[in-house]
Amino acid sequence: MQAGKPILYSYFRSSCSWRVRIALALKSIDYETVPINLIKDGGQQFSEEFQALNPMQQVPALKIDGITIGQSLAIIEYLEETRPTPRLLPQDPKRRAQVRVISDVIASGIQPLQNLSVLKQVGQENQLTWAQKVMRSGFNALEQILRSTAGKYCVGDEVSMADLCLVPQVANAERFKVDLTPYPTISRINKTLLALEAFQVSHPCRQPDTPPELRA
Amino acid sequence: MQQVPALKIDGITIGQSLAIIEYLEETRPTPRLLPQDPKRRAQVRVISDVIASGIQPLQNLSVLKQVGQENQLTWAQKVMRSGFNALEQILRSTAGKYCVGDEVSMADLCLVPQVANAERFKVDLTPYPTISRINKTLLALEAFQVSHPCRQPDTPPELRA
Repeated sequence: MQAGKPILYSYFRSSCSWRVRIALALKSIDYETVPINLIKDGGQQFSEEFQALNPMQQVPALKIDGITIGQSLAIIEYLEETRPTPRLLPQDPKRRAQVRVISDVIASGIQPLQNLSVLKQVGQENQLTWAQKVMRSGFNALEQILRSTAGKYCVGDEVSMADLCLVPQVANAERFKVDLTPYPTISRINKTLLALEAFQVSHPCRQPDTPPELRA
Repeated sequence: MQQVPALKIDGITIGQSLAIIEYLEETRPTPRLLPQDPKRRAQVRVISDVIASGIQPLQNLSVLKQVGQENQLTWAQKVMRSGFNALEQILRSTAGKYCVGDEVSMADLCLVPQVANAERFKVDLTPYPTISRINKTLLALEAFQVSHPCRQPDTPPELRA
């Protein structure tokens, strides 16, 4: 067992990093943040040092229990298996499937298509249109799914991994000026979640690397 | 999501391939597709997610349509090379006979189809010896053969094995 707090490599505005920050907050896991600025110096995620830690050259990465894990959902599932309370996945396999479907829709179906490196390749003049299209398309599907799974939160009435994915994705949508009126279920759940402490302490506006002008 | 696959099972329909696989694992636990140890399970999920979130969505049909026909090949190759660079590095520390140690896992189920995509887009696999070795070993297994694109009900005659 390794001594010392877990270390999270994070960028304040990275939606994927935010997912993990929420999980750590919900499970009351104390950790240290090492900020990785995705823009400065051509992108600090491309340094040799960081590549050795996470070959995907992306945030988040979590150093915990003597290992380093990339990929936000793999991190969250690891936390769930090793620090099982409070739960982030329901007990019932069918509800667990619903949580994973929603999480994957966001983490595979939407976010990767609008992340920084894809937007760079799409070109500056096309970025906004591309990102909006990706998010509208994904939110159309998500809204439909949530109408059959949601209670107070994405799946029933307990906060789950799906909710950890939803809030940061909605923040991305807002940043790209996507109109959320067609997605009332998404909006309602997002609002409810943002009132919870774990979603607040982990918010991009309250991170060690939040720029002064964006700080809460 | 208007995508395949979707599985209708036990009275529900599940989309998203990894959510389907995790459901199958939880309800039909043998043989295992995820190791018992949480750290190894994390390795399996990292590799699966690198492929299922980091590579494939960026080269799927709908993205390629948006990129435009004249750019498709270059885009797809770039995405896959970049992803395989990372994957090769990860596998060098996790792989045994297969992606994670010596048991077939969800990571292997993601690897083989992605390598097939890479071949279809003429990505040179020489820089990725670990990926190539594991892919070859897996393709010899029955489950990977019966499920192969060339043996499906909807395989066009000219591509049929």
